[in-house]
Amino acid sequence: MVGMALPQVAPIESPEIEEAPADDRPWVTIVWDDPVNLMSYVTWVFQKLFGYSKEKAEALMLDVHTKGRAVVSSGARERMEMDANQLHGYGLWATVDRD
Amino acid sequence: MFRRNGSTCVATFAVDEVRVLRKVAGEVVGLLTDGMDHTDPVVSRLFPDIYPDRPDDSEEFRLYTEGELKTGKIDQAGAILAALPDEGEGEVRLDGEAAEAWLRAINDARLAMGTRLDIQADTDLGAELDDAVLHDPGSSRVFQLSVYAYLGYLQESLLNALPEIE
Repeated sequence: MVGMALPQVAPIESPEIEEAPADDRPWVTIVWDDPVNLMSYVTWVFQKLFGYSKEKAEALMLDVHTKGRAVVSSGARERMEMDANQLHGYGLWATVDRD
Repeated sequence: MFRRNGSTCVATFAVDEVRVLRKVAGEVVGLLTDGMDHTDPVVSRLFPDIYPDRPDDSEEFRLYTEGELKTGKIDQAGAILAALPDEGEGEVRLDGEAAEAWLRAINDARLAMGTRLDIQADTDLGAELDDAVLHDPGSSRVFQLSVYAYLGYLQESLLNALPEIE
């Protein structure tokens, strides 16, 4: 974090070398825009696969369409891999990444 | 084109439509069964890398998942072949499960054709088709473009004929 004035104090000696903090950012499934898939089909897939409401599915589809990509689910890595794999079954272009 | 009839989606196909749908579904099955070539852009589009920046992780994931994914795609293309009349015109009735298989299979066929035809986000399909007809009305490109457009309408009609998802 920047912008905070830290009090000048002597560092406390640490007996151990500090470990790098574990990367706890969640994993995400990303769907990318493509020129073939119908908007109505992509919306239907989001409803069908994730159980999202029509409103949420449409908003996500529009994100994909206008921004080129959207995060459609997040959580454990294995879960995201499963989501992406199922999306490939539906023909959507999905990848997995850290948030 | 599909319409709703009770809990099923129904369409009546003319002889040419049946022939085209058989051909298209058969081509998808062929593509998936003849030892897939991963340098083929159609194959990379149907089986995208799950980690674009980490080829080793993508490859490992592919090793465990591709077989099942491929079988699923062959089965859904098979659902089209199974529901069509053997020859001639005829009616097709799809329950929920069959309709889903058709939607997925039509989508795979459109992805394959769209990739081969180099369809881009700004492609105007009507203009492309007009150009191709002017160039040579009997060309394979005219046929491919018109089938691609037809499949888009068919998929949209099936989506509209589905009962709303609760």
